[in-house]
Amino acid sequence: MKILVALKQVPARDLPVVADSARTWIDESGLTYEMNEPDAYALEAALRLKEAEGGEVIAVSCGPERVQAVLREALAKGADRAIHIAVDGEAARGTDPSATARLLEMAAREEQPELILTGLQSDDTGSGQTGVILAARLGWPHATLVVAIEPSAGEVRVKRELEAGWFQHVTLPLPAVLTVQSGISRLRYATLMGIKKAKTKEIRRVEAPAEALAAGLRLKQLAEPRRQRETQFLEGSPAEQAAQLVEKLRFEARVL
Amino acid sequence: MSRILAVMEPAGAGWHRMSFEALAGALELARATGSEVTVCAPGSAQAAGEFASFDVSEVVALEHEALGAYAADAWVEALLQVIRGRQPEWVVLPHTYQTRDFAPALAARMDRTLMGDSTGFAMEDGAPVFERPMFQGKLVGRFVFETPGPNFVSFQAGAFRAAQAAGGSAPVHVFRPVLDGAAIRQRPEAPFREAAQAVDLSAAERIVAVGRGIQEEANLELARELASALGAELAASRPICDNGWLPMERQVGSSGQTVAPKLYVALGISGAIQHIVGMKGSGCIVAINRDPKAPIFEIADYALVGDLFEITPAIIEELRKGAG
Ligand SMILES: Cc1cc2nc3c(=O)[nH]c(=O)nc-3n(C[C@H](O)[C@H](O)[C@H](O)COP(=O)(O)OP(=O)(O)OC[C@H]3O[C@@H](n4cnc5c(N)ncnc54)[C@H](O)[C@@H]3O)c2cc1C
Ligand SMILES: Nc1ncnc2c1ncn2[C@@H]1O[C@H](COP(=O)(O)O)[C@@H](O)[C@H]1O
Repeated sequence: MKILVALKQVPARDLPVVADSARTWIDESGLTYEMNEPDAYALEAALRLKEAEGGEVIAVSCGPERVQAVLREALAKGADRAIHIAVDGEAARGTDPSATARLLEMAAREEQPELILTGLQSDDTGSGQTGVILAARLGWPHATLVVAIEPSAGEVRVKRELEAGWFQHVTLPLPAVLTVQSGISRLRYATLMGIKKAKTKEIRRVEAPAEALAAGLRLKQLAEPRRQRETQFLEGSPAEQAAQLVEKLRFEARVL
Repeated sequence: MSRILAVMEPAGAGWHRMSFEALAGALELARATGSEVTVCAPGSAQAAGEFASFDVSEVVALEHEALGAYAADAWVEALLQVIRGRQPEWVVLPHTYQTRDFAPALAARMDRTLMGDSTGFAMEDGAPVFERPMFQGKLVGRFVFETPGPNFVSFQAGAFRAAQAAGGSAPVHVFRPVLDGAAIRQRPEAPFREAAQAVDLSAAERIVAVGRGIQEEANLELARELASALGAELAASRPICDNGWLPMERQVGSSGQTVAPKLYVALGISGAIQHIVGMKGSGCIVAINRDPKAPIFEIADYALVGDLFEITPAIIEELRKGAG
C-alpha cells in the first residue's frame, strides 16, 4: 500500500512559549522543535502497515527549511522518501488549517497514495482539522480519532475513539484519509543503521504556490489565558510549601 | 434579519449536553449581532420539538434514516442542504468528537474554515473575535473571519452555561434531506466500551492525577504513596495511559473519565483543554508543576511551583506527621 503521512514540526513541548511584542505570533527566538506527537503515531502506523502489507511510505511536511529535520527523522525510522513543501512566514504557521490542507492536497494529487495519515491535531496551533479538510478537498472519505487500522481489499476498517471511553469501528473505501490519535502503538526509535540509510534517501523540495495560501480565518492576536480561580501560590522551600498545603487542605478547604 | 443556525447533536434518546451550551453560544452571538436563531436538530419532529420552547425563531427537524448511526458523509450532505436552504450568516455547533469529525469537511465544502474549539467571543469593531486555546493552553488565539457568511464556529464544553427553555413556541419544520445511500462511504458499527471498568473515578472523593512530569514508570510509586497518604484514587493524563503505565480507565479528560472529587491533585500535568474539561468541576484543585506558566495553574486553588520530586515527598511526610 502506498501511504502518504503528513508530519508537522512544532515547538518542543517542555519549553515556555510567549507572544512576540506585537502579540500577533510567538517569539520564535530560542525555540527548539520536534515532531508533533500524534504525527509520530501516524508515522508509526504507516510503517507498521508497510511492514505487514508491503508498499511505500512517503513523509510530507510543509514549512521553512528547518522542517527537513522531521523528514530526516521519518526517513531514519523507515519512510522511503520525503517531500518538503517549502513555505515561510505567516503562511507556514498553520493558523488557517485550510491553507495547509491545500498544500498537502498538491502532494496527494501528485503522488496518488491509497491512504493518507495525518495526526489528529497539532500541539502548537491545534486546529485538529487539516486531515478532514484535505479529505473534503480531495473528495475522499475520512475518519478521525483513529486508534487502530485494519486494511483489506480496497477498504480499511478502523477503530475510532469516541468520548468518555467509548469506541466504534468504521469501514471506509480507499483511497481515504485517517487522522491518528496518540497511543495507537508503541513508537520505535531510529536505529544507527536507519540514520545512516536516511542520508541516502531523497527529500524532494517543492515551492508552495502563492495562491494556495489565502486564509479565511485570521489570527488577530495572541492573549494570555485568564485565571479562572483565585489561585494561591504557596511559596518557600518544598518543605514549607508542603506544610502550608497540608494546613490549608485541612483548615481552609477542609478536604482532608 | 440575519440568521444563525445552531446544529444540535443527538445522544441516546435525548441530546448531547454540549448541544445546550452551543445553543447558549448561538443565542449570545444572536444578541451581539442582531440575528435570530434557527435550531437544526437531527431527529424526529417530536424530539426536535424540545427546542421550540427556547428563545429561537424556528426549529428544523432534520429527518432521515441515514442520520441514525453517525456517518460523516451523511451529516455533511444533510447539513449542506439545510445551509443552502436557510442561508445562515453563522453556523454554530458543539465542539464534540462528532463535530470534530464532520464540521471541518462541511465548512470546506463551502470554502470556509471552521473556527473550532472556541471558548467564547468578544465584539470588536462590529465583528465577533473568537477565542480558543493554542500552544497547549499556554496562549489564547483570537481569530477573525475574512470570509463572508456562512461562517462556522464550534464551542468547547464550558464556554457557555447551558441554555434554558424560555417558554417560547417556535414553529417546528421537518426537513428531509435527499441522501443517496451509495454516496455515504463510511460504514459505522455500533459503539462499544472496552472491558468493564473496574474503577469508577467519578465516585472518588479525592484523586491524585499524574502527568508526563512523572517522567518514568518507576516514579509512579511516588504518586501512589501520595494517593495512599491522602486516601485518594490514582488517575492520569493521557500520555501516561498511552504509554501503558496505567490502564485507560484511569485517564481523566475528554476521552476518559469526567470527575469532580472534593480534592484533585495534579502532579506534573500541564493543563491541556482536553484534560481540564474532565476535572475542572473538582472542589479543590492543587497543582504541582515546575513551570510557573503551566495552564493548569489557571484553574488551581493552590499552586506549588517546583520540582514534583522534591515537593511530593515533603507533602507525604507532612501528612504522615499529622497522622502520627
Ligand atoms: C481529541 C483529543 C483528546 C484528548 N483526550 C485527552 C484526555 O482524555 N485526557 C488527557 O489528559 N489528555 C487528552 N488529550 C491530550 C492533551 O491534549 C495533552 O496532550 C495531555 O493532556 C498532556 O498531558 P500532560 O499534561 O501529562 O503532559 P505535558 O503536556 O507534557 O505536561 C507535562 C507537565 O509536567 C511538568 N513537569 C515536568 N517535569 C516536572 C517536574 N520534575 N516537576 C514538576 N512538573 C514537571 C511540565 O512543566 C509540564 O507542564 C487529548 C488530546 C486530543 C487532541
Ligand atoms: N505544516 C504541516 N506539514 C505537514 N503536516 C501538517 C502540517 N500542519 C498540519 N499537518 C498535519 O495535520 C494534522 C492536524 O493539524 P492541525 O489541523 O493543525 O491540528 C497534523 O497532526 C499533521 O499531521
